[in-house]
Formats: sequence, C-alpha cells, structure tokens
Amino acid sequence: MKAERIAELERIAKEIRKLTIDEIGYLGVGHIGGAMSVVEVLTLLYHETMRVDPGYPRDPDRDWLVLSKGHAGPTLYATLALKGFFPKDWLHSLNKGGTKLPSHCDRNLTPGIDMTTGSLGQGFSAAMGIALGLSMEGRKSTVYAIIGDGESDEGQVWEAAMFAAHRKLSNLIAFTDFNKQQLDGTTKDILDLESLDDKWRAFGWFTQRVDGHDMAALDKAIQAAKAQAGRPSMIVMDTIKGKGCNFAEALLSNHNMSFGMDEARAAIAALGGAALGGDALGGDALGGDALGGDALGD
Amino acid sequence: MESKEMRAAYADTLIELATTNRDIVVLEADLMRATGTGSFQKLFPDRLVNVGVAEANMVGVASGLSATGKIPFASTFACFASRRVFDQFFLSANYARLNVKLVGTDPGVTAAYNGGTHMPFEDLGLMRTIPGLTIVEPSDPASCAAFVRLAAAMYGCVYLRLPRKAAAFLYPAGEKFEFGRAKRLKEGKDLVFAALGSLMVGECLKAAQVLAGEGVEAGVVDVLCLKPLDEVTILTAAKATGRIISAENHQVMGGLGSAIAELLAEHRFGGGFKRIGIRDEFGEVGTQDYLVKRFGLGAPDLADAARKLMKES
Ligand SMILES: Cc1ncc(C[n+]2csc(CCOP(=O)(O)OP(=O)(O)O)c2C)c(N)n1
Ligand SMILES: [Mg+2]
Repeated sequence: MKAERIAELERIAKEIRKLTIDEIGYLGVGHIGGAMSVVEVLTLLYHETMRVDPGYPRDPDRDWLVLSKGHAGPTLYATLALKGFFPKDWLHSLNKGGTKLPSHCDRNLTPGIDMTTGSLGQGFSAAMGIALGLSMEGRKSTVYAIIGDGESDEGQVWEAAMFAAHRKLSNLIAFTDFNKQQLDGTTKDILDLESLDDKWRAFGWFTQRVDGHDMAALDKAIQAAKAQAGRPSMIVMDTIKGKGCNFAEALLSNHNMSFGMDEARAAIAALGGAALGGDALGGDALGGDALGGDALGD
Repeated sequence: MESKEMRAAYADTLIELATTNRDIVVLEADLMRATGTGSFQKLFPDRLVNVGVAEANMVGVASGLSATGKIPFASTFACFASRRVFDQFFLSANYARLNVKLVGTDPGVTAAYNGGTHMPFEDLGLMRTIPGLTIVEPSDPASCAAFVRLAAAMYGCVYLRLPRKAAAFLYPAGEKFEFGRAKRLKEGKDLVFAALGSLMVGECLKAAQVLAGEGVEAGVVDVLCLKPLDEVTILTAAKATGRIISAENHQVMGGLGSAIAELLAEHRFGGGFKRIGIRDEFGEVGTQDYLVKRFGLGAPDLADAARKLMKES
C-alpha cells in the first residue's frame, strides 16, 4: 500500500476513534476498552479491503464481517456510519429505547451488520457457517471474523477452529484482538492463552502475528492470508485495550466504563482536531473540521 | 427506605459462610467484576476460581468440585447460566445428584443496556423443568442473604436468580425464610398479586397503593421460591379474594404465570386470573425504566390488569 493511502486510512481511523468515544460518552457508559482496540482493523477492512456497498448492505456478492466480540459494536457502527451505511447522527441513539444501534451487534436492526453477536464464541461458529455456505454457492466473497482474546476461553471457539481447518475454509480470515485483557483482569492471570500462535498453527490455520494498530502490517497480513489456499487464516493482532482514548488507555481496567461528554471531549481533543461535542452528531459540527475532509463519506 | 445492592448481599453472605465453612468455593466466568465477588476473592483468594469466559466448563468444574465435598456457588449472567450451560447444569450437576448452586445475575429487563442478547426471559422456564431443582428469586437484600445461607446448608442444586442492583429492604435482618415458603407482604380483600423478584414485588406494592386510592384492596404475596412453589399460600390467597394476578420479570410461559395457572387449574379455581410478564417476545436494549414500560411490567400495567379483573369477575 502506498504511504499516502496509509496516511489516509490512519486519518479515517482517528475519526472512527473520535466518533466512537463520542458515541459512548454521549450515552455515558460502554465497552470503551475493547472498542478502541479494533479501530484499525475495522477501518482497514471497511475502507480498503472489503467489497461492500453502503447502498446495498445485503449484496449477495459482498464480503462479510462477523464481529464475534459483539460488545465492540459501537466501533463498527462508527465505521459503518462513516462509510455511509446510515446517517452519523444515529450514533447518538446508542442503546436508547427503540434504537437501531444496540450495545451488541444485531443483524436485524443495523444496516451493514452481517451477524447478531453478544454471547461470546457464537459469532465465530456462525462465521464458519457463512464461509461454508458461500463456498457451497461458489461465491468469491471473503468472510472476516474478529474474536477477543478473552472470548478465546470459550470451548466453542476451538470447536469452530477444528471445523474450519477440517473443511479447508480458505475464504475465512479471522483476527484475534490480543489486547491481553479480559473483563476481570489480564488474560495471563485469568486464563493464560499462550502460546496463542502455536495453538492456531496446531489447529491447522495459516497463522500470522502483527501489530494490530499498524495499518501497513495489517494490510500485508491480509494480503498474505488471501493468497492462501486450502486453509483458514488467523491474524493474531497485538493490541492495546483502550488504545487512543487517553483516560481509558491509562487504566489497567477499562473494559466497561462510565464517562460523560467532558471526558469524551478531552479525549477527542487529545486525538487532535476539534472535539465533536455532545450535540455534534446531531448538529452543526458534523462534516465540519471534526470529521476531517472529503474522503470520509466514501 | 434502607436499601443495599443485591450483589453485595450475595457476596457478604458468601464471606460470612466461608469464614466458618471451608468447603464454600466461588466460581466465576470472567464476570466477577459484575457479580461483585471481588470482596470474597480478597479474603479467600484460593477459594475463588475464575475459569475465564467459559461457562460450560465452569458448571462442569463446579459439579466435580461438589463431588469432592465442596459447596460451589457459580455465577454468570442469567442468560448464560440458563441457556448457555443448560445441559451441563442439567446433567453434570442435577442428574448426577451433585450439589451446585448456580447464580444467574441480571435477569429479565434488569439486563438493560446489555440488550436483547443478554436478556433472559426464559431462564425460569428452562430451570423449572429440571427434576428436583430448587429455584429462588429473592425480593430484597435480607431474603437474598437468607436464601444463600439456606442454599449452602442444603444438599442439592439451587438456581438463584439475582438482580445486581440495589433493592429496598422488605424484611428485617432476623426474618426467617424457608424454601417453598412465600410471604404475605400485604393483605387485601379484593384481589391478590403473586410476585416474583425485587422488581415485580416493588411494582406490585406500588400498584396496590394506587388501587387503594380507588377503593380496591389488593394484597401482595412475595413468592420468593418458584420451586417448590408455596401452593398453600398462593391458593389460599386466590380463593380468599377470588382474584389473582401473577407478576414476573420473565416470559409468562414456563415461569411463575404458568406455575400458578397449573396450580389453579388443578384445584378448580373458578375465579379471575391474569398474568403479567413478557408475552412471547425477545428482549431489547434500553434503560430498565424504558423496558419496564415497553414490556408492560410496571405498576400502571398491574393496576390496569387489576381494574379489568375487578370488572370481569
Ligand atoms: C458467553 C459470554 N459470556 C460472558 C460474556 C460477558 N462478557 C462480555 S465481554 C467479556 C470479556 C471479553 O474479553 P475479550 O474477549 O478479551 O474482549 P475485549 O478485551 O476485546 O473487550 C465478557 C466476559 C459474554 N458477552 N458472553
Ligand atoms: Mg481482550
């Protein structure tokens, strides 16, 4: 990927980060930690890699994404909104009664969401089924799936892992958000996953390990995964829980936090650019400086 | 009115029990911060087993621990404690006649912002079909503490349905509780509400107050124990007034409404009967207040049902 394109994607990632902080801060509580650690991968997938059409979310020839760690829904909503799947002001309806943006992803409520998730482990199996179904139909689509490291405690993840390798699901590219934190503490203290790469390799997956906040490295890994034949791919991303949201990143425990617009505004300002502000999504600042320039609506 | 977090009542009681009983162990599946048993872990680090996000394994491990004489209390959100581990709890714990206390937190609409995926309206229905299982939903911090003590003292599996949030005390600290015994919280000659859990008992008490202003005297039975059900208290109250309304933060199918319907039908109760609860719907996201209105669980809904019942019968 060209340096300019990388810089452009990094700028979009920053906007998605800001929108997500604003989205959760406006509500006052949410899964900020795990939302921040998947910003780069979602930016890259939706703004570079995946074949999707915001005007035709259920296009049968699209690429699919299953966000199996469904509690990071708010980041995906910000990503989809920037891509044009729905108006950005929806972001302020997060978790409100009657909303189309619930805390965990819902394929029946939100344009662009391919699978309902929230019970950890289940989305990953569904991704296997989607990959299998698409290959049965002879479609060229790729299925992307994102799981958490804590989520990887679930036995279901490893049932799916064996299944995908056995079925040679090479149209499946999965990511582990290895932020080393789950809800009650570090993965090392709660249930040690290491050596995670070796586990995936032993399960028959083409396994790579990259810095999950490095756009170029992520892109390279995806290209390498796409070139694989006959086996599924796992990209283990080293990430930081809370990445880029200053007050959250500074904490050891940031899984689910209460915070308001004052903290959100300060965190957004620290990312450079104007703070979006509590009413920004519903009002004037939208599309202004805060969202950067032209390329964001694409 | 004095109140206390229900999860604090749970954790404090576990600490009290563990101090004198070394067999008490607590299991968590990466939701200790939600359940609030961190205080237990501080005092008994070796007796809090956090298995990670692996509920099925947790219930299996709890079953095995109980086979060695331990008394495991295992908790997770009620949606996972029921749906996700039903087979493990059914077979490894109950069918194997072991001694596992399973605690499901954030039942029904109290799951609020976690949304529809996390909102169990069916856990009681599932659990009620397990032979011999004891099922309790305490209505206040005092009954919560008491039933945790009773569960520890009794050999056999228990499902404890537990909202995490603060609830008002309805009973004094020394109040005696028993499995299979409901409490008559309020007498009333016109009709009786039979309510399960702190949310619904609270709403029924409010509805009774509204109705009193209209000259309708409504009683309230705090059911507490769904299984075994206090058939005598419920049937007596229903027959005395001729009208009964069940109230649960759960599907009307399979839970309290069904249990009372079965009881009334088998005993030829000819009076008026209505069920308040969720009507064949999935949960959704929102504040608890929004969801109480959305699913018709609030005092106004209960009062409406009472008014209709007064007209009809
Ligand atoms: C089956 C299931 N069990 C428990 C939960 C509650 N829960 C939500 S997030 C979480 C921790 C997940 O950790 P991880 O996968 O590492 O997420 P991240 O660090 O990316 O936020 C838990 C236990 C759940 N959603 N689903
Ligand atoms: Mg994690």
